[in-house]
Amino acid sequence: MTGSARLSDLGGGSGRGRLAPLHLDWPLLFGLVLLCSIGLLVLYSAVGEDPERLRGQLLRLALAFALLIGVAQIPPAQLRRWSLALFAAGVAMLILVWLVGDTGKGAQRWLDLGVVRFQPSELLKLAVPMVLAWLFAQRPLPPTIPQLLVAAAIVLVPVVLIARQPDLGTALLVASAGGLVIFFAGLSWRAILLLGGLAAALAPLLWATMHDYQRQRVLTFLNPESDPLGAGYHIIQSQIAIGSGGLHGKGWLHGTQSHLEFLPERSTDFIFAVLGEEHGLVGILIVLAVYLFIVLRGLYIASQAQDTYGRLLAGGVTMIFFVYLFVNTGMVTGLLPVVGVPLPLISYGGTSMVTIMIGFGMVMGVHTHRKRLPV
Amino acid sequence: MATVKTRRRARRVLAMRSPNYVLRRQALLTLMLAMMVVTVAGAFYRQVVETDYLQSEGARRYLRESEIPARRGMILDRNGEPLAVSTPVTTLWADPTLLARHAEHIAALAAALDIEPARLRERLAENAGRRFMYLKRRVHPREADAVAALIDRVGLTGIGTETEYRRFYPGAEVFGHVVGFTNIDDHGQEGIERAFDRSLRAHPGLRRVIQDGLHNQVAELEQVRAPRDGADLALTLDRRLQFIAYRELKRAVEEHQAVGGSAVILDVASGEILAMVNQPGYNPNAVLGGDGDRRRNRALTDVFEPGSSMKPFVVALALENGLVGPNTPIDTRPGTLAIGRYRVRDVHDYGLLDTTGVITKSSNVGIVKLALRMDAATMWQFYGHLGFGTRTQCGFPGESGGVLPHHGQWSEFEQATLAFGYGLSTTTLQLARAYAVLAADGVRRPVTLLQGDARPRDGVRVFSATTARQVRAMMETVVSDQGTGRRAAIDGYRVAGKTGTAKKSAGREGYSAGRYQSVFAGMVPAGAPRFVMVVMVDEPHGKSYYGGLVAAPVFSRVMENALRLYNVPPDDPTHALLLAATAEGAP
Repeated sequence: MTGSARLSDLGGGSGRGRLAPLHLDWPLLFGLVLLCSIGLLVLYSAVGEDPERLRGQLLRLALAFALLIGVAQIPPAQLRRWSLALFAAGVAMLILVWLVGDTGKGAQRWLDLGVVRFQPSELLKLAVPMVLAWLFAQRPLPPTIPQLLVAAAIVLVPVVLIARQPDLGTALLVASAGGLVIFFAGLSWRAILLLGGLAAALAPLLWATMHDYQRQRVLTFLNPESDPLGAGYHIIQSQIAIGSGGLHGKGWLHGTQSHLEFLPERSTDFIFAVLGEEHGLVGILIVLAVYLFIVLRGLYIASQAQDTYGRLLAGGVTMIFFVYLFVNTGMVTGLLPVVGVPLPLISYGGTSMVTIMIGFGMVMGVHTHRKRLPV
Repeated sequence: MATVKTRRRARRVLAMRSPNYVLRRQALLTLMLAMMVVTVAGAFYRQVVETDYLQSEGARRYLRESEIPARRGMILDRNGEPLAVSTPVTTLWADPTLLARHAEHIAALAAALDIEPARLRERLAENAGRRFMYLKRRVHPREADAVAALIDRVGLTGIGTETEYRRFYPGAEVFGHVVGFTNIDDHGQEGIERAFDRSLRAHPGLRRVIQDGLHNQVAELEQVRAPRDGADLALTLDRRLQFIAYRELKRAVEEHQAVGGSAVILDVASGEILAMVNQPGYNPNAVLGGDGDRRRNRALTDVFEPGSSMKPFVVALALENGLVGPNTPIDTRPGTLAIGRYRVRDVHDYGLLDTTGVITKSSNVGIVKLALRMDAATMWQFYGHLGFGTRTQCGFPGESGGVLPHHGQWSEFEQATLAFGYGLSTTTLQLARAYAVLAADGVRRPVTLLQGDARPRDGVRVFSATTARQVRAMMETVVSDQGTGRRAAIDGYRVAGKTGTAKKSAGREGYSAGRYQSVFAGMVPAGAPRFVMVVMVDEPHGKSYYGGLVAAPVFSRVMENALRLYNVPPDDPTHALLLAATAEGAP
């Protein structure tokens, strides 16, 4: 296990000592707190120094951390028992959204529970890795063909339901999370190639079923200058913002493109551009380093997990986090098409933050609820 | 069993042996690191390689050059009263891409601007994708306030304002022909506005500003060029006289069902034009379409044959050359005179007249007898010195110079008709200028419409002061009970003048019956004239068409007011006594 040996260098001792009963992983928590703190600074500038909105974000952060701590107390064995039910509930709610859901910003994503409006697709981001981990933990790895077929169905059903809401970004996240867990579990390389080929073959079919605006996004991504005032506007403005930051940035609160209202969605999906403009390449590298630290710690925890369920769950959650990061930064720097994915833990807004924190709570739980077995 | 076997074989195909999880984890890590590197490379490319270009692209979006509006010069009358002023007004424009988000408020916006909601939606749809369109230019302050309130209330975005200047003409149609007007871009189109566009024109300044994505100007960086207002221009016109002259001319044109008319008042001492009015008129504040006919400043663009109003000049020339004295008898019997195959006629047989009587009665026969005693070249030269055939160059565009044929082309009969004002043409202004020579004791001064005209004021002598006084005395008899122009009389003042009633030329077919141009040209007070006024009414279709009946009353009413406004003391002793008695009797 050379890989895991290398990973273990990153984390110190975890879960031990007097604070052990809290079931927290201190390195991971440190990374998360650091990231959120930097995020608040960037956000303060991005919301135009509006203390009200900063306070709102702080409240959501507090709630998210509370949930993280709460979830960390749940032993993985318990999570494993809930996996299937949670997934089933998630899919059921997706179907409900399909039938009676609220429409917000042109897409049907919300379920009004009376008290709160809830996005079932968020739940699936965690439920899919959980149920896959549950599935593959049924018997020793490698997975069997029927397991893989069931796994494929488990991923595809919610992805299709989410994609037709339409919410391409979340569908992409759930699909890649599921795919990575399946890969992690041990899908043969040959099958991967086969699936890859199949996907390439099906791409035109996918194109045919896409909504016009989704197609437009892909086309615009390929040539943003073709429509500089319409769909290409986001891409051009965010590239200008990032690029004009240069190596050292224009300084905190001194971004022109973001503060002069040129950069759209600057406190949410395009906040990475604010970071790039005000703090330059240096700022981007620092923030990416913090992200990388969190991801590596998550993967380390996965590698140290005592059972298949824990390993796949921790790995899956961490990978979702990573995919979030990659899709968002790729979109903002112009490497990927525009899909509505926030920058995890930094973008303004609570939904994805809560999901991610709950996920990391589970990861911590995997690491801190260890069976005292001298293997 | 068969199914189990197949499954086993299938498993062997897809997962021959337990996968190498270490390799898998490393592959995954490698993939992730590669993705990280791609992201960093993307950021590096934008922030290091492309940064200069992207910085300039950014600046291109927030740095804007914006105009600082400047005011077009005012046009003023001789007393500083405004005739054309520019007042700041608001122009509203929209960014359709931003405004499109407020579909539910379009109706309210249209209501605030007093335009059709459907039309506004249509225009927004036409301009969808653009970032600028005019909502409404030069709005009423009330509309601008209503839109500002709407923006405050519902948080509309994508509406901007700019300051423009709207030209306003307080003198409306009274000054329309002289002052002219500008188009929506503030360029002079007619009249003084056009002729002096270069000096009146505003020179907007330029400033560099930071503008945000919503088109708000956030900060001013520097002023590139200071705005410069256009220079004001003062005319010689007197607003009060212009109003009175316009009113009276309009009244006469309506009363006599004429097709048009014009009138000019000159200040004798300076040659300045105090009033210049025309009929029909137009309002320069609301120029609609192209009825150019109404916009012509007829007083100096349109020519007519002056008719009998030329007679005093023939007499002046005869006096100047010693051919006759004021009381030299001239026999006009039997009221006709044969010249070759043509005949000159008087209205009646005036019998035996003297020189004065020829003017008083306006005898064609008498004046022709005088004229034929003169040399054609001398007469031609004299007319030329009076300004016939040459433009006044008063500063107005499109001025006509009239026609005075060269004496080499004159036949005897033509010389005869030229003596009673046929065969040459003049504008109202030219005729006024010629009468000003009589008024100014024989000195011709340039006429002008602009205060501070640089041309020399002293003028040139055309004939002697004695001649001028004698002719004026003769012209006073015109405004007596025996004369043709008694309706030009003004209580308390001696008025000198001459009527003219010319048949309108109908081109090649000669002169048309029933179409006349009625003229009265005169000056007051006759002893030492202050004002010269020429009134021309074109084609009166009423009962009367004689200059003495149609044009003379206009002269009288306008000059009466002018004398009072300029505090000119009465010079008619009989009437003056009468007036004094009335004044004493008054409380």
